[in-house]
Amino acid sequence: MTLIHFAILLPVIAAVFIGVLYRYYKDVHLGWFVLPVPVLIVAYLFTLIPTVSSNQVIFESMQFMPRIGMNFDVYIDGLSLLFAILISGIGALVVLYSIGYLSHYEKLGNFYVYLLIFMTAMLGVVLNDNVLMLYLFWELTSISSFLLIAFWFNRERSIYGAQKSMLITMFGGFLMLGGFISLSLITDTFSIRGMMEQIPAIQENALAPLAIILILFGAFTKSAQFPFYVWLPDAMEAPTPVSAYLHSATMVKAGLYVVARFTPLFAFSELWVWAILLIGLVTLVWAAFNAVKQDDLKAVLAFSTVSQLGLIMSLLGIGALGVHSGASEQVFTIAVVAAVFHLINHATFKGALFMIIGIVDHETGTRSLKRLGGLMTIMPISFTMTVITSLSMAGIPPFNGFLSKELFLEAMFSISEADFSVLADVSVLFPILAIVGSIFTLVYSIILIRGIFLGKTQPETPKEPKEAPMLMLISPIVLTVLVIVFGLFPNILSGTIIDPAAMGILNTSEPLNTEISHWHGWDSPALWGTVAIVVIGALMYLFRNTWMPVYRFGNKIFTINNLYDQGLMYSRLGAEKITDGYMSGYIRSYLVYIFTGFAVLAVITMINTDMTFEWDTASAITIPEVAIMLIILAALIAILVTASRMVSIIMFSVIGFSLSLLFVFFRAVDLALTQLAVEAILTSLFLLAFFHLPKRARHEERKRFRLNNMIISVAVGATSIIFGIAAYSNRLFDSISQFYIDNVYDLASGGNMVNVILVDFRGMDTLFETLVFGLAGLGVFILLRLRVNRKGENEFEEHA
Amino acid sequence: MEILVIILAGILIGASVYLMLSKSLLRIIIGTGVLSHGILLMLLTMGGLKRGGIPVLDDSVQSYSDPLPQAMLLTVIVITFALTAYMLVIAIRVYKELGTDNVENMKGVPRDDD
Amino acid sequence: MNLKSTLKKLGYAKVHKQMNDVFLKYTAKVVFLIIITFSINLFFSGHYTPGGGFVGGLLAAAAIVLLLLAYDLKTINKMIPFDHKWLIALGLTLSVFVPLVLMIFGQPFFTHQALYIELPIFGEVPIHTAVFFDVGVYITVAATTLLIITLLATEQAMSDSEGADRS
Repeated sequence: MTLIHFAILLPVIAAVFIGVLYRYYKDVHLGWFVLPVPVLIVAYLFTLIPTVSSNQVIFESMQFMPRIGMNFDVYIDGLSLLFAILISGIGALVVLYSIGYLSHYEKLGNFYVYLLIFMTAMLGVVLNDNVLMLYLFWELTSISSFLLIAFWFNRERSIYGAQKSMLITMFGGFLMLGGFISLSLITDTFSIRGMMEQIPAIQENALAPLAIILILFGAFTKSAQFPFYVWLPDAMEAPTPVSAYLHSATMVKAGLYVVARFTPLFAFSELWVWAILLIGLVTLVWAAFNAVKQDDLKAVLAFSTVSQLGLIMSLLGIGALGVHSGASEQVFTIAVVAAVFHLINHATFKGALFMIIGIVDHETGTRSLKRLGGLMTIMPISFTMTVITSLSMAGIPPFNGFLSKELFLEAMFSISEADFSVLADVSVLFPILAIVGSIFTLVYSIILIRGIFLGKTQPETPKEPKEAPMLMLISPIVLTVLVIVFGLFPNILSGTIIDPAAMGILNTSEPLNTEISHWHGWDSPALWGTVAIVVIGALMYLFRNTWMPVYRFGNKIFTINNLYDQGLMYSRLGAEKITDGYMSGYIRSYLVYIFTGFAVLAVITMINTDMTFEWDTASAITIPEVAIMLIILAALIAILVTASRMVSIIMFSVIGFSLSLLFVFFRAVDLALTQLAVEAILTSLFLLAFFHLPKRARHEERKRFRLNNMIISVAVGATSIIFGIAAYSNRLFDSISQFYIDNVYDLASGGNMVNVILVDFRGMDTLFETLVFGLAGLGVFILLRLRVNRKGENEFEEHA
Repeated sequence: MEILVIILAGILIGASVYLMLSKSLLRIIIGTGVLSHGILLMLLTMGGLKRGGIPVLDDSVQSYSDPLPQAMLLTVIVITFALTAYMLVIAIRVYKELGTDNVENMKGVPRDDD
Repeated sequence: MNLKSTLKKLGYAKVHKQMNDVFLKYTAKVVFLIIITFSINLFFSGHYTPGGGFVGGLLAAAAIVLLLLAYDLKTINKMIPFDHKWLIALGLTLSVFVPLVLMIFGQPFFTHQALYIELPIFGEVPIHTAVFFDVGVYITVAATTLLIITLLATEQAMSDSEGADRS
C-alpha cells in the first residue's frame, strides 16, 4: 500500500464518506465535497511528471491474491501518466461544471458516488501492470458508465442507452478477458511487463492470433469503433457532464490505451496492425459522414467523438506498422506523437464542446438544431468558445487541433510514399480517406457554430435563453484556454508529456526530442491537404442542400442499430422459448430433473471409472452408535407416514438432535455443538411458525403419483449409497487435510483445527458464508414485511 | 461402521427426495432439512470415522480426525439453518397469500399484471 | 407468551393454567446468564478448543430465544435496543474490514497475524487478528438468527391479536 495505490483508491474511499455527507449537509451542493478528490489526485500526478519525463518508470507492487498471480501492481510510464492526468484533470473540471449543471433536486448522492467509482476504475485501468486487475477495473468502468447513463432512470431512452452500452462493452470486455487469459497461458504471467519480455514466445505460439482478436474486441467495443460504435450515440442520454467525461474524454479512450499498451507486444502480427489501421480509418470516415446529418447537438458530438477516436486508432495503427517493420523510422514516430497529441487535444476541445452544448441545453431547454439559432448576441461567451473549439476540431490554425491534424495528414501521406510491398496497391487510399473524413469534420463543425449561434433567432425555445452562470462557464473556459495555449505553444507538451507517452507506446528508451512546428514549408503535402479540406469543406457546406438528400438513400433496415435491436429481441425470444420448454412452473418437475439427473450421472460415472469396493479399513461398530442410528430411522419413518404437522416437526428435531449425538461419537465436537444450537433454534422457529403453517402435513396423493416418487427416491437413495461406498473406498489423491493439521500452529498459531480452517485457512469461504447468512436474514425480513400498497408501490409494514 | 453410516445417509437422502416430491409445503421444507442431514453424514464419513482424537492440537495425541470435512460441514449446518428458516418463511407467506399449501395448485393462481 | 399461545391453540388449556410464570421467568433469567456466558466462553476459546464464532453466535441467539419464550417480545426489544438489521450490517462490515486492514500492512488478502502481549493479571495473552474476523461472524450469526426469530414472533403476536379481535 503506497501513496500511488492510495491515490487510485481515493475516489472510492471518498465515495463512502460522500454518501454519509449527503444525508447531513443538504444545503451545500454535494459537488463541493467531491471536488477536492480529483484536484488532489491531479496535483499528486503532476509531481510525478519530472520522474517520468526523465525516462524512468515507477513500479509499486501490492499483493492482493498472490496465489493466482493477481496483484495490484502499479506501473507508471509516460503513457499511463498521460491518461491518469487526463482522467483526474478533466474529472476535476467536470465535477466543477456539474455543480452548476445538476440542481439540488437531482439524486446527487448517487451521481457523485457513481462518478467517483468511475474515477477509481479508470485510474485502475491505466495504472495497472496486471492484466487481471486491469480487467477488473475495466468492467468497473462499464458498470459505472451503465449507472451514470441510466441516471435519469425513469426515461425509457436512458434505460435503452444504458443497457446497450453495458451489453456491448461487457461483451467486448469478456472477450478481452479471454484474450488476457490466452496471453497468460503463453507467457505464464499476468504482468504486462513480464509479457513484453517474452515477445518471441508469443510470436511463435498458435494462440497469439486468438489473443489478438479477443483483445481487439475489447478495445474496439470500448472505444466505439466501427461497427460497435452504436452504443455511444445512445449513451448520450446521460447527463451532459457524464457525456463530457466518460463518453468523450476518458472512458472511450480506454480502448485506445489498451491498443497503445499492447502495440509493442503484438506489433509482430500483421493482423494487429491492419485491424487497427483499417477499422480506425473506416470509423473516422463513417462516423464523420453520419455526424453531418444529426439534428440533436449531442448526437453530432457523439458521432464526432467516434470519428476522432477512429482517427487516433488509425494513427496508432501506423505506429504499430512502424514497430512491425523495424521501428525508428521518422514517419511512425510522427504518427505515434500525433496520436498522443491528438488524444490530449481531443480531450480539451471535445470536453469544452460538450460542456457548451450542455449549457445551451440547460439555458434554452432544447438540443435540436432545428429549434436553435441566433444565440450569438445572447450567449457571447459560449459563442466565442464554440468558435474556438469547433475550429480546433476541424483543424483550422492556430488552434491545437490544427497541429495534430497536420501531423495526422503528414503520417497518412508518408505512408503512401513509404515502400511497402503489401501496401502498394491501396496505399493511395489512406490519405484520401483521411481527407474525406476531415472534410466532413469541417462541415459538421460549421453546422454546429451556424446552427446554434448564427442565423435568425428562434423564438420558440422551451426556455428564455440567457448566458449561463459563471460557475458553469469556468470549466469550458479553462479547456478553451488550453486549446489556444496548446495551439500556440505546443512544445510545452512535447518534452514533458507527449514524448514519454510516445516512448511508452513504441517501447523504446531513446529520447524522441519531438518538435511540433506550425509551418512545414510550401512543399509539405499536409499543408495542401489542409487547404483542400478547407476549400472543399466550405464548398460542401455552402451547397449542402444539393447533396444532403444522399442521406435518404441509406438502407433503413440493415443498419447496425437495427441489427442490435433485432438480435437482442430474437435472443430474448429464443431464450424464453427454451426456458419455457423445460420450466413447467411445477417445483416437482424441477426436482425430478435434478434427482434423475443426479442418479443417471452418478451411474454413468461409476460405470466408466474403475472402482473397487472395500471396507476392511472401516472402524468398529459399537452399540450406542447403532442405537442412535436406529432412532434416526424410526423418526424418519414417522415423518414419512404421519399426517400430523406436530409429529413431523418433532420427529425432524429428533433426527437433528440424534445427529449431534452421533457427531460426538465421531470425534466432531464443533459439529456437535453447532448442530445442537441450530437444532434448538430451528425447533423453536418451527413452533413459532406453527400457527401459520398449513393444518395438515400431507395431501391426498394418487397411487401412481406416489409410485413415481417412490421409484425416483429409491433410485436416488440407492445411487447415493453405492456412490458413497465407492468414494469411501477409493482415494484418487491425497487429502489436503494433513497440511492443515501440520500447520495449524506454525502458520495460524491456533489449536482448534476446525475453527482455524474456518477463520484463517479458508477465511474467504467463511466470509461469503456469513454474507449468505446475513442475506437470508434480510430476505426473511423482506418476505414477512414487504407488502404492495394500494398505489402499487412496495412498502414495509411497521409493527409496534 | 462407515458402511452403516453411508447406508443410513443414503436412506435419509432417499427419504428426503420422497418428501420433497410430495405436494405439501411443510413436507418439502422438512425434506430439505433431512436431505442436508443425509449429506452431512455422508460427507463426514468420506474422511473415515474415529481415526484419531478430536482435531484439537494436543501434544499427547498422535493422530487426529480429519478436520477439513468438519470445517466444511460446520458451514453446511449453519447455511442449512438459514435456508430452512428462509424456506419456512416463504412457505408462510405463500400460504397466506395463496391460501393453499398444495404446490400443484400454486401454478395458475392469477397474477394481477395491470 | 408465544409458547403459551401455541399450546393454547393446540388445546392444552390445562397446561397453560398450570404453568407457573414466576418460576419460568426466574429460571429463564438464570439459564440465560449461563448460556450467554457459555457462548462467550465458546467464542473466545474457539481458536484453541472447540467453539468459535458460529457456535457462539447461535448460542447467544438461543439464549435470547429462551428469554423470548419466558417473557415477551417487548422485553427483548427493550433489552437489545438496536435494529437487528444494523447489527447484521455491522458484523458483515467487520468481517470484510479485518482482511482489508491486513492488506494495508502489506500482507496478502486474508493473512491473519498473531501477536503475544503481556498483561498484568492474565500473563501472556495472544492477540489474534482472526479473532476480530470471528467477532464479525459472531455478530452476524447472532443478529440474523435473532432477526428471523423476532420477525416470526411479531408475525405470531399479530395474528394472535387478530384472532382475539375476531372472537
